[in-house]
Amino acid sequence: MPLDANTPDLRTEFKSVGTRPNRPDGVDKVTGRARFGADFSAPGQLVGLVLRSPHAHAKIKSIDTSAAEALPGVKAVITYKDIPEQAGCDKDVLVNIMARGTALYDGHAVAAVAATDAAVARKALKLIKVEYKVLKHVTDVDEAMKPGAPVIHPGRFEPVEFESLETASHVKGKEEKKTKTRAGSNIAGRYVFGHGDVDKGFKQADIIVEHEFKTEATHQGYIEPHACVASVSTDGMAELWVCTQGPFMVRDVCASLLGMDVSRLRVTPSEIGGGFGGKTTVFIEPVALALSRKAGKPVKVVMSRSEVFRCTGPTSSSSMWVRIGAKKDGTFVAADAVLKYQGGAFPGSPVEMGAMCAFACYDLRNVRIVGYDVVTNRPKQAAYRAPGAPMSAFAVEGVIGEIAEKLGMDAIDIRLKNAAKEGTVSSYGPTFGPVGLVETLEAAKAHKNYKVKLGKNQGRGVASGFWFNFAGNTCVSINLNVDGTLALALGTVDIGGSRASMCLIAAEELGISYDDVRAIIADTSSLGYNDISEGSRVTFSSGLATIKAVRDLKVRMCGRAAKIWGIPEDAVKWENGAAHPAGANAGGFDPLSIKEIAAQASATGGPLAGHYEVNAEGAGPSFATHVCDVEVDPETGAMKVLRYLVVQDAGKAIHPSYVEGQYQGGAVQGIGWVLNEEYFYGKDGTLQNAGFLDYRIPVCSDVPMIDTVIVEVPNPGHPYGVRGVGETSIVPPLACVANAVSSAIGVRARTLPMSPPKVLAALEGVNASKA
Amino acid sequence: MSAVHVSTKINGDDVEFVCRPDESLLDVLRDRLGMTGSKEGCGTGDCGACSVELDGRLVCSCLVMGAEVGGHAIATIEGMAQGDKLHPLQQKFLEGAALQCGICTPGFLIAARSLLERNMDPTETEVRYWLAGNLCRCTGYDKIVRAVMDTAKDMRKAAAKSSAKKPAAKKAAAKKSPAKKTAKKGARHAA
Repeated sequence: MPLDANTPDLRTEFKSVGTRPNRPDGVDKVTGRARFGADFSAPGQLVGLVLRSPHAHAKIKSIDTSAAEALPGVKAVITYKDIPEQAGCDKDVLVNIMARGTALYDGHAVAAVAATDAAVARKALKLIKVEYKVLKHVTDVDEAMKPGAPVIHPGRFEPVEFESLETASHVKGKEEKKTKTRAGSNIAGRYVFGHGDVDKGFKQADIIVEHEFKTEATHQGYIEPHACVASVSTDGMAELWVCTQGPFMVRDVCASLLGMDVSRLRVTPSEIGGGFGGKTTVFIEPVALALSRKAGKPVKVVMSRSEVFRCTGPTSSSSMWVRIGAKKDGTFVAADAVLKYQGGAFPGSPVEMGAMCAFACYDLRNVRIVGYDVVTNRPKQAAYRAPGAPMSAFAVEGVIGEIAEKLGMDAIDIRLKNAAKEGTVSSYGPTFGPVGLVETLEAAKAHKNYKVKLGKNQGRGVASGFWFNFAGNTCVSINLNVDGTLALALGTVDIGGSRASMCLIAAEELGISYDDVRAIIADTSSLGYNDISEGSRVTFSSGLATIKAVRDLKVRMCGRAAKIWGIPEDAVKWENGAAHPAGANAGGFDPLSIKEIAAQASATGGPLAGHYEVNAEGAGPSFATHVCDVEVDPETGAMKVLRYLVVQDAGKAIHPSYVEGQYQGGAVQGIGWVLNEEYFYGKDGTLQNAGFLDYRIPVCSDVPMIDTVIVEVPNPGHPYGVRGVGETSIVPPLACVANAVSSAIGVRARTLPMSPPKVLAALEGVNASKA
Repeated sequence: MSAVHVSTKINGDDVEFVCRPDESLLDVLRDRLGMTGSKEGCGTGDCGACSVELDGRLVCSCLVMGAEVGGHAIATIEGMAQGDKLHPLQQKFLEGAALQCGICTPGFLIAARSLLERNMDPTETEVRYWLAGNLCRCTGYDKIVRAVMDTAKDMRKAAAKSSAKKPAAKKAAAKKSPAKKTAKKGARHAA
């Protein structure tokens, strides 16, 4: 996708890009000066707190707020009545931010207060009387699909008969017992992908492996709880300071929920203490605005950790079935999968993306994936790093690991034999352009970790993964300052060092020093609309827009030089940070540096700036291959990750340190998903482990160094070849670790997390069958 | 509940504040004194983002009551750099990209400094166990551990240089070495 006639096909020589300078926001972050969500305060602000349902599913018969309102220091109490439904708003989001008649999950917001301090606000919450009628609940995806399961949204989703959905013999066989009666109406959606003839394909197979898999819900686990300060003036003008991945999304969604003109709400994003997809929607933001509107004062709302676990998005739990057929030489002939993801109390589980990613790594003639989006009495799931993909990869890569084992093939060789490459028709439709899966597999095979000899109870696992990468709406401005330095205004929140990458790109494009560019994240009134920082889109999209904004500025600067020299504009070119006379005028004038042009800006026509706005396309997919060594203690079932290698295609790494950081962070989140992390629900449907003590994310002593190899297969859709890198890294680890455990002790865990008691039980099962 | 008047020392400065008896030291630092460098990730002592030193001991400030710090000395992230000079750990975190979002960074820096004050030559395992009370969700810990190990190496080099100039200093450094043994799992909580 050439940008325009002047865009070189692909830049391959770089001066700034690919170096590792300190990030511009770094000093503030190591000194405690950086302001995150909860670090902002407005003069005279109140403290806002939210009352939440203690029941998984309950009719709200009445809410009496009179005692709370009478408490001295309480300035506002709100319920759903204070947020009346607006035409055109997203009803699910509206219901999620404040229950309307029915509490749909443990922790669902029911009311909120704003008071002069936290102690008064806490007391006020206790004074709100809510009368509930507890309803039957369901939190498990398979249970929710059964006939007779409590229906979360009566009358909303048509009851579905499995028999009418599936014609394939195996699926029919699997679901036959259930098809006698209706399968319930918690099925919010069904997605089908694939091509070829799966039944015919399986007939050609020498070996067929099929299994069922389950994964539990895991939380994004960002260390910074959601926080915001809302200030609505009596004239209806409003400001919101908030930690979010998408300030423009927050602005537009809040305005639509509260019936405001978008222009009346200005959202300023704070530094963000992790998101991983979990901060791509709203929870407390419209509530804080509604409280502020009612109280007439600024209101600060900060979630507790327990609220973060109970009411913000974890990802889906899943129940899956995968079958793959292969020839003796390892060639896959057919692949089939049924994926069931529950997305909490509202439709929108990432099963569609899980289905699209499931077999995306492989060149398959015959492939089919059916996905079900299921609702349950759990919090509304939110995006979590490559949403939906890690679960389906866990199942698919596990089956592939078993096929390799049974055929006696090397785990990388079997993947190389079937790997998707340029020209492969993907299992979800599009034909791949240049992609780097083969390169990651080859680099993994060549890495020293793949040659380390393993000891007793040790095993090695391999898994590959895919993520699409997004592009989308993006808008960038670059302003030339009077001294020749530059201010770069970005609209994509910096989650993990993107300001550094954008400064590198601007410096590269201008031929100037990295230190002469300073990037900021603009508020929503200062820049055009930008999509959320999600989908691994920031370095690709904002990078592309930065390149184009700089090129716009360069044209203007060349124009000023032409004016000064009295020659035509097209007789000036930009090189090494300066305007040069070109063509017939070459050598006729001394070059004008960016600093010289800046100094004369006022005299030559006024301030200089560059802009670019685009709904970007051309994000290249990123593939990864992971290799992991584990040691399992057969006495306890505990496992230690000994070595971990991430090999991933970055297209072009702008700031390699932060690319490595994405690889390492994603891998460790994935390791947590395999080993420990899960949502525990009690029989009453309430979350039992809403804290970091019982929901155990990996700590420093749980993991080894995470080795990385950055493969660079340039993406032709970007002038520097960039691909997004943020998400693919969490796709392979679940299967990678599970495959390693299987190779260590012969136990195949197909239910996550594979915590020590589960591994031990499986081990005892294997030993018993041997005896 | 009537408020409590407290006199204490923070980063070497005398500080007075009033707080309610149910306020944590973290609440006081953030909400009463405007020192928002210490972060609240959990409020239950599980994440370490609020780490400070209390009379030289590494503690989670969310587990210390504001009312009980009278007469004690507190060190927070705001006091880690000296003037415009970053602490070597801060410099190394910056250069080594040992932070992504940065919310856990103040806690890690305070905890790491506390380790290096006790043990200038920690093994990777010792670093990992010492920092096991600090959660990071972005980095996978790799670059954090490397930054701490690299800082320790630089500090040892600097110490060796200065002790080569002043032989007396070498003895003092040698005396400190048994502290290394305390850098094991749980030591920070037992200290």
